Amino acid sequence: MRHLDEYRDRALAQALAEQIRRTVTRPWVLMEVCGGQTHSIVRYGIDRLLPEGVALVHGPGCPVCVTPLELIDRAHAIASRPEVIFTSFGDMLRVPGTRGDLLGLKASGADVRIVYSPLDAVKLARAHPERKVVFFAVGFETTAPANAMAVKLAKQQGLTNFSLLVSHVLVPPSIASILQSANNRVQGFLGPGHVCAVVGFREYEALAARYQVPIAITGFEPVDLLHGVLAVVKMLEAGRAEVENVYARVVSRDGNRSARALLSEVFDVVDRQWRGVGHIPKSGYRLSYEYRAFDAERLFEVGDIAAEESKDCISGQILRGLKRPVDCPMFGKGCTPQRPLGATMVSSEGACAAYFQYGRGLEEPPRPGREAGGAR
Amino acid sequence: MCLGIPGEVMSRRTQDGLGFATVRFGSIEREVCLECLPDVKVGDFVLVHVGFAISRLDEEEARRTLAALAELGLDRAELGLDPAPSVAEKEDAA
Repeated sequence: MRHLDEYRDRALAQALAEQIRRTVTRPWVLMEVCGGQTHSIVRYGIDRLLPEGVALVHGPGCPVCVTPLELIDRAHAIASRPEVIFTSFGDMLRVPGTRGDLLGLKASGADVRIVYSPLDAVKLARAHPERKVVFFAVGFETTAPANAMAVKLAKQQGLTNFSLLVSHVLVPPSIASILQSANNRVQGFLGPGHVCAVVGFREYEALAARYQVPIAITGFEPVDLLHGVLAVVKMLEAGRAEVENVYARVVSRDGNRSARALLSEVFDVVDRQWRGVGHIPKSGYRLSYEYRAFDAERLFEVGDIAAEESKDCISGQILRGLKRPVDCPMFGKGCTPQRPLGATMVSSEGACAAYFQYGRGLEEPPRPGREAGGAR
Repeated sequence: MCLGIPGEVMSRRTQDGLGFATVRFGSIEREVCLECLPDVKVGDFVLVHVGFAISRLDEEEARRTLAALAELGLDRAELGLDPAPSVAEKEDAA
């Protein structure tokens, strides 16, 4: 396929890896922020092509992973109601809560459905006026316009049986949170290409200037990822802290204006709790006042829910780039994608699940068919 | 989660007051919402995420990036790497 195959060229990847080797004179720690990039890096072994001394650590960029356990339990309580059709993307429905995952709930009679697009959930609401359709809206800035469009369409069509359970998080505040931490060791970032396709990269220019870190806005294919690493390493070696866009075929400085207008109409920026990381100010969305009638948390009173996380899980340190999955004594033993202890093992884009799926740090590689839920 | 796939816009239409396109990804075609990218034309490549076109692929930028990367590949012999594979070899591999 055009605009894809060119960036999977083995010889080009080798040439880029060689250029990186020639550029590097001392050790550097780089972080890729997006879980999709983590998945690609582990899948193609990009980190193993890099010279010794250039370490790629994996960031907090998996929205499914960082959705608080408490919110998954809340989703469970809403989905258990007989009048509800509960919908979301497949990977969100597979995340175990305190009382099992949402697809498991379907087996005990609840109406839980996987949708490809949030517009499919709006269609369901129109087709079933006697039922209440809830869409679990999870994602970064990339996914937010689609979810915003769904609720806007529901409002235009006068639907009163459609709502969103919102778990939207934003990337720049999570980068700032990592850089503000006293024990931070990340020196440069691969910026999330598809997030920036929507919102542009002006905020990343502000981060680069404020924290004096270089950032390369990077795509998801092997050549894109190596191109991003080369750009960051060149800036680090030259002592420059700028933003370079190596994904210019997809990303422009201002991003997608229509999508950004839609986001500011439908959502307000609020503080959010990130699983494994904690509270981050102004790091997510909730529905704006104008769309409050579509907020599932207002519509369905499910009481206080307190969920307890495993004490053995080190995902908080992994999400900040302080530890790797293989540093955890539970990895692949007490913690697997089937029985995850925490954030980084729950979705295929979490660092631990990606390591597990591709047999990294395991004595025995996983058997076929046992891998984490498919990446989308 | 943030997976986006490039595909070619084959046709456009309006449904429920929203713009939609049929987009081809290799041998598969899917309906894609164009509300965030109202100005795309048939023949454009768009990046699609959860059924929404979020970015129009910039052909000029793609050419520029590939040309810059090709420069890196020019001195393959000097780098001690194998010569670039021919088109036929690449097709065999695919």
